[in-house]
Amino acid sequence: MGRTLAEKVWDDHVVRRAEGEPDLLFIDLHLLHEVTSPQAFDGLRKAGRRVRRTDLTIATEDHNTPTLDIDKPIADPVSRTQLETLRKNCAEFGVRLHPLGDVEQGVVHVVGPQLGLTQPGTTVVCGDSHTSTHGAFGALAFGIGTSQVEHVLATQTLPLAPFKTMAITVEGELPEDVTAKDLILAIIAKIGTGGGQGYVIEYRGQAIEKLSMEARMTVCNMSIEAGARAGMIAPDESTFAYLKGRDHAPQGEQWEAATAYWRTLRTDADAVFDHEVVIDAASLAPFVTWGTNPGQGAPLSAAVPDPASYADASERAAAERALEYMGLTAGQRLRDIRVDTVFVGSCTNGRIEDLRSVAAVMVGRQVAEGLRMLVVPGSVRVALQAVQEGLDKVFTAAGAEWRHAGCSMCLGMNPDQLAPGERSASTSNRNFEGRQGKGGRTHLVSPQVAAATAVLGHLASPADLAPSTAPVGV
Amino acid sequence: MEAFTTHTGRAVPLRRSNVDTDQIIPAHWLKKVTRDGFEDGLFEAWRKDPSFELNQPERAGATVLLAGSDFGTGSSREHAVWALQNYGFKTVISSRFADIFRGNSLKNGLLTVVLPQETVEALWKLTEADPDAEVTVDLVARQVRADGVTAEFELDENARWRLLEGLDDISLTLRQEPEIAAYEAARPAFKPHTVQV
Ligand code: SF4
Repeated sequence: MGRTLAEKVWDDHVVRRAEGEPDLLFIDLHLLHEVTSPQAFDGLRKAGRRVRRTDLTIATEDHNTPTLDIDKPIADPVSRTQLETLRKNCAEFGVRLHPLGDVEQGVVHVVGPQLGLTQPGTTVVCGDSHTSTHGAFGALAFGIGTSQVEHVLATQTLPLAPFKTMAITVEGELPEDVTAKDLILAIIAKIGTGGGQGYVIEYRGQAIEKLSMEARMTVCNMSIEAGARAGMIAPDESTFAYLKGRDHAPQGEQWEAATAYWRTLRTDADAVFDHEVVIDAASLAPFVTWGTNPGQGAPLSAAVPDPASYADASERAAAERALEYMGLTAGQRLRDIRVDTVFVGSCTNGRIEDLRSVAAVMVGRQVAEGLRMLVVPGSVRVALQAVQEGLDKVFTAAGAEWRHAGCSMCLGMNPDQLAPGERSASTSNRNFEGRQGKGGRTHLVSPQVAAATAVLGHLASPADLAPSTAPVGV
Repeated sequence: MEAFTTHTGRAVPLRRSNVDTDQIIPAHWLKKVTRDGFEDGLFEAWRKDPSFELNQPERAGATVLLAGSDFGTGSSREHAVWALQNYGFKTVISSRFADIFRGNSLKNGLLTVVLPQETVEALWKLTEADPDAEVTVDLVARQVRADGVTAEFELDENARWRLLEGLDDISLTLRQEPEIAAYEAARPAFKPHTVQV
């Protein structure tokens, strides 16, 4: 019987297989950041162990880093300690680190791909659930806990229980105004936040094949919000074109050998998935969340659902709680929801294509009166590219704040937070209670919806905007 | 990880059920960067109450926690286990543990023993009446012994073996060194490297 993409990558990394034991898998790339690594390094130190493969390990600072005044000492002592600890640990154990101020610094899941380190058929881990992002390249990539971080540092392997496989096939073509973010939000709403539990999801079908690499990363990124262990997309010509020439991509003969291998990484025609879901791309529309988990979403044109309409008692209770927290009433049109803050950024939508699409909407327009808009590039490289293209000028001319790279308001571990009761439209991935600041209310949206919302002051898509006053060609 | 074969010590009777990990170690402790130093956070809220068991002078130096049912529910934080260990506990006895907490405990060498509620009750009575009473947890014989109490307990063979040998996941994996080295030697040259070594 044939094998799925995920099974092929798994099989190629089995170091040891024994009856009654989990497989021991080799890890090709281990990404580190300041929040989940300190206890792991501490464990190594206590046991007198070293990092086995510093050449397969890389660290960056992202969760705690400020997006303003990055040349000044970090005000919050706890954040400062976490960053200083990472610096000490990387120096002591010989791990490559891109600290705040470095040109390769940025959100860990933006940095790996842009350096060309994330490659098809590799195993990628990080002490962070959104490691699933890297699956866009046909890598088997998943988040791990602190004990496992230590395990990988010491052994470059992980004992792992097998997963189940799920195919999500998106047939047909996405309508022009529908983005990868709308697609993944719609998928999560359909299968539920627990729908992917225990599975590695492979996204396939015509609509997926047509997505750019950055859009594929957006889709795989939020696999975790569907409860999946990982998300993957088979590598193809788009993948190879993205990688070619990047710092750590193979070169010359190695490139030939690599692409020959990568071309084998496709699910066999006779492979069987444990579960299959089919989605009709043409039926999709811009999608936003109204609740406090990423599965509580609806098309922008819809209204806030009535909790009473849920047959399942626990879903009904969850919807009631969510509406209460979000300060919404059943039947209210989503387009009528006014927001205070728009956040563009994160490992979901903080890459250059995202910034371009926001700028395309903002050009010649203004951020609505009294609304705050933060644009936070996913990495320093993304920021530099945006500046080169003049996108930063578009944002600032529109009245938005152009910030330094990092996780920022995605989780508000740094000073970028919502105040209690404040409402945001955010291109990030989690709308949990308090995620962006205590008492903050989050609506997850695509970059395009974020931009239109910033202009109009209420949830909106670019189609709702009057024609721009920008001169043609800007 | 320290091996666990048999342990004898004085106990703290904790007559509360459904003790969740937030009560074991509150969230604001999670910003720490080490695995130690969590002892002051253990049951932080309850310890503000002078009558709380842990605050009694005769319980100082106790190493066995006699907990109520459903101990360790809630978030998956490994810090809960570290806090118990940092404080000095070697083993926790309860009639039922939350799954994730139990997994985390065994990963870190904290032995969680499941005994019937009547036996826990007998141990509570014994140690409440006599703070100097000692409780022995014998992993070799899979037995808990104290004055007037002898109770067998179960633990899956793999977990028991790892505790007896003091093997954490990492030392177990390091036993496969030849296989790891062989895998590394056969890895294709085109695979990415973060630095040249
Ligand atoms: S951007 Fe948000 S989701 Fe991504 S790594 Fe940072 S905190 Fe996590």
